[in-house]
Amino acid sequence: MADTFERVKKIVVDRLDVEEEKVTLEASFKDDLEADSLDVVELVMELEDEFDMEIADEEAEKINTVGDAVNYIDSQA
Amino acid sequence: MSKVALVTGGSRGIGREVALELARRGYHVAINYAGNEVKAQEVASEIKALGQQTITIQANVSDESEVKGMVKSVVDQFGRIDLLVNNAGITRDNLLMRMKEEEFDQVINTNLKGVFLCTKAVTRPMMKQRSGKIINISSVVGITGNPGQANYVAAKAGVIGMTKTAAKELASRNILVNAIAPGFIATDMTDELNDELKADLLKLIPLERLGKAEDIAKAVAFLASDDANYITGQTLQVDGGMVM
Repeated sequence: MADTFERVKKIVVDRLDVEEEKVTLEASFKDDLEADSLDVVELVMELEDEFDMEIADEEAEKINTVGDAVNYIDSQA
Repeated sequence: MSKVALVTGGSRGIGREVALELARRGYHVAINYAGNEVKAQEVASEIKALGQQTITIQANVSDESEVKGMVKSVVDQFGRIDLLVNNAGITRDNLLMRMKEEEFDQVINTNLKGVFLCTKAVTRPMMKQRSGKIINISSVVGITGNPGQANYVAAKAGVIGMTKTAAKELASRNILVNAIAPGFIATDMTDELNDELKADLLKLIPLERLGKAEDIAKAVAFLASDDANYITGQTLQVDGGMVM
């Protein structure tokens, strides 16, 4: 979990160009991290590559916060 | 480094000329075809003779899994994809009152849904690259309407709308999307028309001649080039002035 969070955090910081402190498990991509819809699609793509998995569109639509992404990835591990 | 293009319906007609023109301009070209492997191989041989790399991929553009597999083959082979030309298309002409549901669906599936599926599939690698171009082959009849082609015209008009939407959605990632609307282009199909009909047709065209497949290929090459990097969401009519 901790490791997953760190890896997700790094991608979010790189992609959205936000301060590391802002990337908490509770942070919403759109509300807190100023991501638009396309940014979220792109983040999911990068997470798929980083964790070598496929995230179905229906699952991706449920990912709103950093914690949602971490939980989903861990649930598939 | 050569750029990489994927041309759907690239084994004959306009698609063939597009594939060859891109090869002449230094692209590696993946040729998609629906059924005619012999024709696709002929185009591939010509591209190799021009010194460019090529692969041929059999795929039905209206089938999502086949389309995904096709784009994966291109990226596996060449490591990137810079240009998609959505050219694959069919006709099932009939008067609206006689047109069967199946004829309508077949044309919409290949000519409109096919553009959607191929666009969706290349968007992922293009977003990662932060660059890419998509050129959709529409038709002037998508602007004017044409008796006997309710299915084809609906699909071609739909392609123009999809071009504008994709252009807006993808502009922030430097992916440019445009359409070309050919007029009457000399092909096997127009060769069969009788002289009287041809003469009538020519009266509608200020330049008084049919277009050639290479006229379309050169317009594709222009939109694909760096000379057109400030153009997106447009429909370029290549029709001898037929529709203004």
